[in-house]
Amino acid sequence: MNSAPAIEVRGLRKRYGEHEAVGGIDFIVGRGEVFGLLGPNGAGKTTTVEILEGYRQRSEGEVSVLGRDPARRELELRRRVGIVLQSSGMYRHITVREALDHWAHLYPSPRDVDEVIDVAGLRESEDVRTRRLSGGQLRRLDLALALVGDPELIFLDEPTTGFDPAARRAAWETVRSLKGLGKTILLTTHYLDEAQALADRVAIIKEGRILAEGAPGDLGAGDSSRYRVAWRNGHGLIVQRETDDPTTLLHELTEAALARGERLRDLSVSRPSLEDVYLELTDDG
Amino acid sequence: MDSALGLSWRQYRLERRMFWRNPSAAFFNFLLPLILLALIGGLASNDQKALNIIVPGIAGLSIMSTTFTALAFNMTQLRETGVLKRVRGTPLPSGSYLGALFGSAVTNAAVQIALITVAGKLFFGVGWPKDWIALLVFTAAGVTCFAALGVAYSHAIPNFESAPAYVNAVFLPVILISGVFFDANRAPKLVRDLAEVLPLKYVVDGLSGAMVTGKGVGDNLTALGVIALWAAVGIFLAIRGFSWEARRT
Repeated sequence: MNSAPAIEVRGLRKRYGEHEAVGGIDFIVGRGEVFGLLGPNGAGKTTTVEILEGYRQRSEGEVSVLGRDPARRELELRRRVGIVLQSSGMYRHITVREALDHWAHLYPSPRDVDEVIDVAGLRESEDVRTRRLSGGQLRRLDLALALVGDPELIFLDEPTTGFDPAARRAAWETVRSLKGLGKTILLTTHYLDEAQALADRVAIIKEGRILAEGAPGDLGAGDSSRYRVAWRNGHGLIVQRETDDPTTLLHELTEAALARGERLRDLSVSRPSLEDVYLELTDDG
Repeated sequence: MDSALGLSWRQYRLERRMFWRNPSAAFFNFLLPLILLALIGGLASNDQKALNIIVPGIAGLSIMSTTFTALAFNMTQLRETGVLKRVRGTPLPSGSYLGALFGSAVTNAAVQIALITVAGKLFFGVGWPKDWIALLVFTAAGVTCFAALGVAYSHAIPNFESAPAYVNAVFLPVILISGVFFDANRAPKLVRDLAEVLPLKYVVDGLSGAMVTGKGVGDNLTALGVIALWAAVGIFLAIRGFSWEARRT
């Protein structure tokens, strides 16, 4: 394994006629990193990912995936990449095990099919034909099919959309275990908590442009002088105030409360979360 | 991991298994022409002249249904359900994949021609084919031509729901005017003219020569030329309009 980035994108643009879906974006994904592209629907996430996967030709810019240009669609590159598309179909009369076994034979050094069945949580449905699988099971099959070739780099385009909370947690665990194996993962999502839970770094994308980029924690603290202090007042209502100087504010608040003989119930001090940053950046108002 | 050819063979075997697991596809692709042969051949059982037309006619029909109809239908379904897109993201070479789909359609055509040939000998008084080489050549030409046209036609079908309507809108009129069930020379002039432009009539002529009259490839070169021309158009359009992705996203 070398130290060159897994993905490099520079000045990437994609136009469909007059409409510019991706308007000049740059980012780098290091080896072994989980990188999240976070943004509302129609922001250009899928277009970007599908250019990196080799499905679409870019209009402008430089793109490198594992050191190769995905637009050339080399077999060598496709052998090292696993793809979970936002939606894709499967033969309706194939069983889960048959599908994975068939897919495994397309790759030079596949993972053990049984192991992948367990990782994806498909043990109970391994002999079920795909037409009888539930939406969640199909989505797990998508993941299993992307993993069975033991890829170095995995694209996950909104992998948990439509999952119930338990299935979502399970999928997150799978992504974490992949990271543990040293895999590089490019994840798109419109769920903030998902980006926060999984990604080492996040790029917030809207209308084809990257608005902010960094570790989820750093992004939230982007303006490092802002703190939010909240508490419940005497009438039981939440009060919150933003400040650059929480030390002084807290001192004043606690002093006043003590003087009145009250307690500041539910007192908290927080820095703006990724959610605040995301909503602020993607807000149209 | 296998070579491109090995992968194609593996994919072909999967396609065969999937074909037999889908009862309606197996029925329409496989049994329908044979049932038609049994019914119409049975009705005309005392009329050898009619049987001599019907047996190669049904053979031509089954070439068209196993390739044109099946591929127009399957390619639309694979495209619209997103299977093509998924396959496109794997290291399976496109040629290996499409070759397997084509091979599966050809297998159905070959088995049907074999069954119809045997039935022609055993039940319909046609005897064994007079010219085996012509049978092989016209089957191969017909299969190539209609497979290419089927894939090309799938590009015009906007979604899977409308695929049966689109396919039958071509298939039914073409088999009716191309001399599958009756002697095409007795049809009205307009119908005859139309059939003369389309490839199925020539496939049936070639098969008729091979199975009934003993006319070989050399006697039917014009027919072979027309089929080749349609095949070339079909291949060009099949490649040109090819899309790995669903029309609606």
